[in-house]
Amino acid sequence: MKYDYETPRKWKYHNILAWTAFLTVSAALYLIFMWVPNEKIQGPVSKIIYFHVSSAWLAFFAFFVVMVCSIAYLKTKDLKWDIISHVSAEVGVLFTTIVLVTGPIWGRASWNAWWTWDHRLTTTLILWFIYVAYLMIRSAFNEEEKKARFSAIFGIIGFIDVPIVWMSIRWWRTIHPNIVSSGGFAMDPSMVQTLLASLAAFTVLYFYLLEKGIFVQRIRSQVELLKQRITEENS
Amino acid sequence: MSYLFAAYLAIWILIFAYTLILGRREKQLQEELFLLKKTVGRNKN
Repeated sequence: MKYDYETPRKWKYHNILAWTAFLTVSAALYLIFMWVPNEKIQGPVSKIIYFHVSSAWLAFFAFFVVMVCSIAYLKTKDLKWDIISHVSAEVGVLFTTIVLVTGPIWGRASWNAWWTWDHRLTTTLILWFIYVAYLMIRSAFNEEEKKARFSAIFGIIGFIDVPIVWMSIRWWRTIHPNIVSSGGFAMDPSMVQTLLASLAAFTVLYFYLLEKGIFVQRIRSQVELLKQRITEENS
Repeated sequence: MSYLFAAYLAIWILIFAYTLILGRREKQLQEELFLLKKTVGRNKN
């Protein structure tokens, strides 16, 4: 068996990406707390939506990446696609957790209830469970190829819930606000600009976390490879 | 105002916790990789 012993190196633009994430997130925070006015009826609590909505969009994007990379893995059997899917699922779960934590806080202030079994909330919770299950299933397999194949199938099927979450406020009666309609954003222009800045900041943050996670997974693969070699030599 | 504070605190705790976990994983794996490379080098000799 041929082994590749080269120690994985960090992407050469890693530090630039880290600083861009820091600066864009700082700029978004400045806009949220210093520039954009409070929403008239809700007051300061309305500012939760900027990172809440950005997290939701990034979670959708992360799970979309899982689906695309899962298809690429099944086509090519190249484990690099499996690594990207795995890390993207982890980051997607992080962003979905942010959505599920900030949503009830906003709900308590606006609806006077931490949680209601509304369609948008319920389908988002299901989405979180799907990708937590995806990560748990991965840890149940020892054989790399079997794990990658099974996860890829799960990653593709799991994505079905994303359009359901998106469409839930259009298909069913819901109390969840809809800020994007066919007529554009149902918000003041300054709020839209702040929301787009937050979305850009979280997108950079997503790519930073993805790059860092991929690097860690590449070291893990190297460790597994060396362990395999030592076992073979000793047997 | 306290709800706003709680929401942003939760966001940053989650992001920092995940970044910390990634950093710790990286450190542990780098150490393990170093030891394994040493073992492989010793076996060669």
